[in-house]
Amino acid sequence: MNERIQEKLSILADAAKYDASCSSSGGKRKNDNGGLGNAEGMGICHSYTEDGRCVSLLKILLTNHCIFDCAYCVSRKSNDVKRAAFTVQEVVDLTMNFYRRNYIEGLFLSSGIFSSADYTMERLVRIAKKLRLEEKFNGYIHLKTIPGASEELIQEAGLYADRLSVNIELPSDDSLQKLAPEKNYAEILTPMSQIQLKVAENREERELFRKVPQFAPAGQTTQLVVGATPESDHQIIKLADGLYKGYGLKRVYYSGYVPVSGDQRLPQVVQPPLMREHRLYQSDWLMRFYGFDADEILDPAHPHLDLEIDPKLAWALRHREIFPVDVNTADYELILRIPGIGMKSAKRIVAARRFAPLTLDHLHKFGVVLRRARYFITCRGMALEKREYDEQTVRRKILYGDGQTRSALVKRQLDLFAPEPTIITAPDLVSPQLDLFRQAS
Amino acid sequence: MQRHAPGLPAAVPITALRRPGELPPSFRSSGRFTYDGSFDGLLTVVLACWEQRLWPEAIQPEGAAQGGLFAETQHIETDEERARRVWDGLLRHMPGEARTSLYKTFLSERPDRELLIFRYVQLAIEAGGQDISENFGNDTVRLVADINKQLFREKHRMEAFVRFEKSHDGLFHATVEPDFDVLPLIAEHFTKRYADQRWLIFDRRRGYGLYYDLQRTDILSFDAASDAPRSGSAVSAAVLDEREPLFQTLWQTYFDHVNIPERRNLKLHRRHMPKRYWRFLTEKQPRERRFEPIQNKNNAA
Ligand code: SF4
Repeated sequence: MNERIQEKLSILADAAKYDASCSSSGGKRKNDNGGLGNAEGMGICHSYTEDGRCVSLLKILLTNHCIFDCAYCVSRKSNDVKRAAFTVQEVVDLTMNFYRRNYIEGLFLSSGIFSSADYTMERLVRIAKKLRLEEKFNGYIHLKTIPGASEELIQEAGLYADRLSVNIELPSDDSLQKLAPEKNYAEILTPMSQIQLKVAENREERELFRKVPQFAPAGQTTQLVVGATPESDHQIIKLADGLYKGYGLKRVYYSGYVPVSGDQRLPQVVQPPLMREHRLYQSDWLMRFYGFDADEILDPAHPHLDLEIDPKLAWALRHREIFPVDVNTADYELILRIPGIGMKSAKRIVAARRFAPLTLDHLHKFGVVLRRARYFITCRGMALEKREYDEQTVRRKILYGDGQTRSALVKRQLDLFAPEPTIITAPDLVSPQLDLFRQAS
Repeated sequence: MQRHAPGLPAAVPITALRRPGELPPSFRSSGRFTYDGSFDGLLTVVLACWEQRLWPEAIQPEGAAQGGLFAETQHIETDEERARRVWDGLLRHMPGEARTSLYKTFLSERPDRELLIFRYVQLAIEAGGQDISENFGNDTVRLVADINKQLFREKHRMEAFVRFEKSHDGLFHATVEPDFDVLPLIAEHFTKRYADQRWLIFDRRRGYGLYYDLQRTDILSFDAASDAPRSGSAVSAAVLDEREPLFQTLWQTYFDHVNIPERRNLKLHRRHMPKRYWRFLTEKQPRERRFEPIQNKNNAA
């Protein structure tokens, strides 16, 4: 019995791990029934995998049996893999016992499509319901909605889950048609707008009647796979921007395409594009917290993110006319846009300058990276650079200093997001054993 | 995200730190103090400094104190009543949040924490009602803010890295060794979260723990090593709940399987989860064999 559950966990965690979403934030569920758990605070990463990703939730599939055949997915029907399925009780047990030991913030449950979409969705909902009503579980629950599941089931899912997600996976309808023939954009976007509507309705109702149960209080998210299909970074961040604005998504996750699918429809890449994924997350961050517009970050003339420098620096280099900016007088919004100044130092700058004019020494102590910022600021009217350099020169100076080798700062950053050499080196080693692919639904 | 309205009125600059050797007008001379090392004790010292109009050159816990060659050191007895007066009085000079940040500075256990706290209070008083907590140009203020950031991070790490083991009598217990004395700061989090199970979190380095008995959470001290609850690994299998080893193995199984070998990046791994925490993490304990990625059968095979 124990070995059986261990095997199931191996198979169904392995099949779920390519879903990048692991956040447990945004919950508002208080422990007010004397039960177990509390999801009202900020999310917690209880552990980190050896690739440095956050482990916050027990992220598993209910089953990896699937009637669909999406090329990018390890669980696709045509792939000859070990299959397994949990029972409802097994998932409940694992969640409760992991939570009690402070291993996790909660459950992230997804599934291959077994028998039919509704049949599968109904089981996901049953697990969430059992956790909430029978086990008095107040931890975090994230349910993936199964494509094609009925509106009623999604409605019910939202009553027990903190967050719902519908994965788009491929950044254009074209790619979707090629690689996931049973899916299409319309079918993915319909449940998304349904959820958006319910969340909004629910918020209004709860303002009037506090007793109305919450609907997916932590909203919805989605994931885009990057590097499996030909879309440009500009297309990808435009899509993300549209999802934030049009569908009120809480997060868009980007998942660098990990090679090793034996499927003929996909490119045989050797390393996942981790740097590109990282730059996309930085751009996403600029849109959500730094007040940048998607079209400011990239445009049809610059459709790809620069892998060597971060998107904020790239933007500043293209806009030399805006700089230099004086740190003692500029608005917070503009200070945030200076390369080398992050949110923490920007806040300190605008707070501290109310007391006394700031000097360079202050900036340094606030954590401003002067090596970068020096080309873009003045401090009490004084520039740090005597000459005005053009875009290319500044870029070179930041990357290489005055010499030929990359500056330590840049190297460190590149290092951190370059995958370490792995066992996969030659394409012929790629497919057979490591065909443990990507994620469900 | 919090945004500052552009163009906030600039406030009057605060008195710069005095030059070395120069005392603020309300002090007649300087002195050295020792106390029992408790927070109440420190507050009592602060009151004594004001009453005697002595600017503290050193405030140190007894035992840790290194007397200067010539300096005379005064020991101040802790007085809860007087400590409370100071604690309440602080609110006349600073907002509650700033006062809390001073308590957290104390929990950092830095050797200069006492003087830092005293200096901060003095700055606040001299500012005459103006809130100084965002005057980051001032070294004392910035240091207190930075220490608070560090404490917050350590508190957050404890909330993440505590690993409970269930014993046969239903108690969930964990051992930790945080960098700072953060147990008082995590009590509320664990009490809310684990309301329906008894638990104990033991700080092995500082020899005390938090214990929740389904009603309330108390601080328990363990004087001698002998009555300290045995630490995680030392609890013999006999007293563990019979399903405890199963769940530990399952958690290790899970941990190994969420890893994506193609993305392996130990630098990032260690940056998020520094090595010193590993000894208490179930998933980082040695196991007979690592759980390898599922060897999926493949048509080609
Ligand atoms: S992505 Fe979902 S629907 Fe497509 S094959 Fe995988 S499990 Fe099935």
